[in-house]
Amino acid sequence: MKAVITVTGKDSVGIIALVSSECAVYDANILEISQSVLSEYFAMIMLADVSRLKIPFGDFADKLNKLGAERGLDIHVMHEDIFNSMHRI
Amino acid sequence: MLNTSDILETINMIRQEKLDIRTITMGISLFDCVSEDENRLCDKIYDKITKTARDLVPVGEQIEKQYGIPIVNKRVSVTPISLVGGDISPEGYIKVAKTLDRAAAELGINFIGGFSALVHKGATKGAKNLISVIPEALAETNMVCSSVNVASTKAGINMDAVAEMGRVIKRAAYLTRDNSSMACAKLVVFANVPEDNPFMAGAFHGVGEPECVINVGVSGPGVVSSAIKRAGDCDLSALAEVIKRTAFKITRVGQLVAGEAAKRLGVPFGIVDLSLAPTPAIGDSVAHILEEMGLERCGAHGTTACLAMLNDAVKKGGVMASSHVGGLSGAFIPVSEDAGMIAAAECGALTLEKLEAMTAVCSVGLDMIAIPGDTSEDVICGIIADEISIGVVNTKTTAVRLIPAYGKNVGDSVSFGGLLGYAPIMPVNGYSPARFISRGGRVPAPIHSLKN
Repeated sequence: MKAVITVTGKDSVGIIALVSSECAVYDANILEISQSVLSEYFAMIMLADVSRLKIPFGDFADKLNKLGAERGLDIHVMHEDIFNSMHRI
Repeated sequence: MLNTSDILETINMIRQEKLDIRTITMGISLFDCVSEDENRLCDKIYDKITKTARDLVPVGEQIEKQYGIPIVNKRVSVTPISLVGGDISPEGYIKVAKTLDRAAAELGINFIGGFSALVHKGATKGAKNLISVIPEALAETNMVCSSVNVASTKAGINMDAVAEMGRVIKRAAYLTRDNSSMACAKLVVFANVPEDNPFMAGAFHGVGEPECVINVGVSGPGVVSSAIKRAGDCDLSALAEVIKRTAFKITRVGQLVAGEAAKRLGVPFGIVDLSLAPTPAIGDSVAHILEEMGLERCGAHGTTACLAMLNDAVKKGGVMASSHVGGLSGAFIPVSEDAGMIAAAECGALTLEKLEAMTAVCSVGLDMIAIPGDTSEDVICGIIADEISIGVVNTKTTAVRLIPAYGKNVGDSVSFGGLLGYAPIMPVNGYSPARFISRGGRVPAPIHSLKN
């Protein structure tokens, strides 16, 4: 099971480190990272394998969301199937 | 990896354009609850609903978290209560309504639908008893929704039932006069009612449905509106393609959520309802889609044509995205629940007559329309009869959800709160159809109902 982690907000030093260390804590294995700039905001997308997650998926999503809020970032974790369903036939 | 722009598009749809799953509705059969004893009937209904739908809200919340998409409502629909209650007393039917309300509160759901009767050809004793207490049942409960099917293309129009519904609507408005005549917002009069509709107030679990089923209603007017805006000044063929592609994406999310909910709850998946369901929030309006298509205001001449094209394109895009499509499926035009409709009604661009024309080409009918509180029963019956005729003759669902707001007149407005929104009181043609309505009887089924 894979999750898409999106991080948006104002650029600063250490965003990738922040998110990837949190992923490591809960055994989410990062598979790919890409960045993009859309409408003047920084956007980072990570694809992570969450099949061995130590905590329930919903709790993991909440943890990252809270971590982002503390740093003024918008972090969301979503199951990859929503993107596959919408964009692939 | 997934395409970055696809990911951002999906996220933008959810965050900025208010894409959501409007409802996961669990349909539950109550046929095995039948009992001669009212109290026993209520106990069995309460136990069946609370046991069957126990996990509906937690599972809905899990799915919301997993896919990062809001699921606005979790609801339950049940077998039309008049079929389960049989000839219990009118007071017994009120007891059942309160039981449904109690079960809904216990489950933490938003609405429960099915305080309903199917009387398109005539009313049983049970249906008559239930209909007679709809005003009291809705006034004394919070989450119970009621619907009455008064006509079908096969059976024609039961005008005695239409006449009765005029009285019921007026009384429901009066009993909730201190609360914006709120009971009327939970009551729909139908023609050709679908048996698998997940949307309130008209949802019930039809007689041909399985023991339990999951139906999902999608939303997304904001997504369609933004896509049309991005398309710019293209011609209508290109615009139809844009709408189809967008509807496909919206519906795929609905299908994903429906399948996942059915799997986790261990219940068969029923249908996805391909609907554009607005909310009063800015950027979530069907009227604004029509205006984005090129109308100065919703209600202008050309509105029916725009809505017809929109409705058709939504269906064409959506149908390939779901394995089973059903319910109402089409664009909704509830006045009080749509910021653009409210604005158009307030400035006089949108009239009751135009709304009636629009219902001939979209999925429901005259929906959430506030009219003066002193509108007579006969005029309300006339409005119902007109709207229902459109459904019967065109072999489609039509419905009427009118709020004759007690003590209010044109120039006033009435607020229902939450997703139900607020509505300006719209003027009504006051000439009387009383003699026509008082004739009673049945309007025969149209010739094209004879298809066999």
